[in-house]
Amino acid sequence: MTTVDSVIVIAGMFLVTFGIRFVLFARAHKVSMPEWLEKALRYVPVAVLTAIITPMIVMPNQQLNVALNNPWLLGAAAAFLVGIWRQQQLLTIVVGVLVFFISKYLVGL
Amino acid sequence: MSLFKEMRRGAVASIPMIVGGIPFGLLFGSLASSYGLSPWFAMAMSSVVFAGSAQFVAIGLISIHAPLWVIISTTFVVNLRHLLYAADLVKFVKHLPMKVRVIMGFGLIDETYAAVRPLYGTRVVDEKNGHQAYLGSFLSFYLMWNVTTFLGVMSGELIPGMSDWGLEFAMVATFIGIITPYLKSKPFVLALLSSAVTSVLLVGLPNNLGLLVAAMIGVLVGYLSDLRLGKCQLDKAEEVVR
Repeated sequence: MTTVDSVIVIAGMFLVTFGIRFVLFARAHKVSMPEWLEKALRYVPVAVLTAIITPMIVMPNQQLNVALNNPWLLGAAAAFLVGIWRQQQLLTIVVGVLVFFISKYLVGL
Repeated sequence: MSLFKEMRRGAVASIPMIVGGIPFGLLFGSLASSYGLSPWFAMAMSSVVFAGSAQFVAIGLISIHAPLWVIISTTFVVNLRHLLYAADLVKFVKHLPMKVRVIMGFGLIDETYAAVRPLYGTRVVDEKNGHQAYLGSFLSFYLMWNVTTFLGVMSGELIPGMSDWGLEFAMVATFIGIITPYLKSKPFVLALLSSAVTSVLLVGLPNNLGLLVAAMIGVLVGYLSDLRLGKCQLDKAEEVVR
């Protein structure tokens, strides 16, 4: 990539990212949320984050793999169970990552 | 003094996800250098764009020589979810000075939303001091993200093959840590299930469009089952009254 291209990519990515994040804050005093929208928005984080990670978990090599030799699935399942059980983010992350790396090591043996 | 206290509160609430973000930042830096991108380019992305998952998608597209407009429009689609976070936060920021709102907009990432939004919800912070906790969360993430990107770039040059370690699992675990506290009622569980299934079915759509469609379906399913459940409860209440 040329230097000009690099600058365009950074500038363009900055503009769209900041634009999305700031546009409603910029006009905040004029934005009033209808009740149905406020209700619907509560489901956004769960829906978006799930959509990002599920393909990574069940198809780590671009192919569906829901067998026990998939460390992504094992690590995610462990994190999920701990998260439901204890609801402590740090514990969820640590247990998930540990199970992931241990099973990745075991699968690789 | 209360500014410092509130900023610290926001930073402390973010610690679990900062820990989860460290491997993710290292991976970004090392991937960028394994793709042959210059160190300043990786650093500019982390410091100017500041958008974890979009940065990954972007350098993936750069590595396959995708055209510039594809890179930028994909960034737009991947980050569109932040519009919905902003919509949810508007009621807490509308009275703040523009300068503060600019900084808050720049720092609106999944993790800061996930760390600070519950503080408002549980009334630990309110409209008067919530933005201070928000700034504390943003600054600690910003620092972590840029330091780990830098270390990743450096170690990527020193330790080849680091990008195959599976460090991006840290992002998966972090997001699971954000999701699970929500799953206390049926509509949230249904939103999760529908979004998960759709995201896998639509994984072949170009430019990550499947992600956006799956997210919208998840929100729709959650919202509709919420309405339905609310109605059932009303019916039950009426029966009791009779």
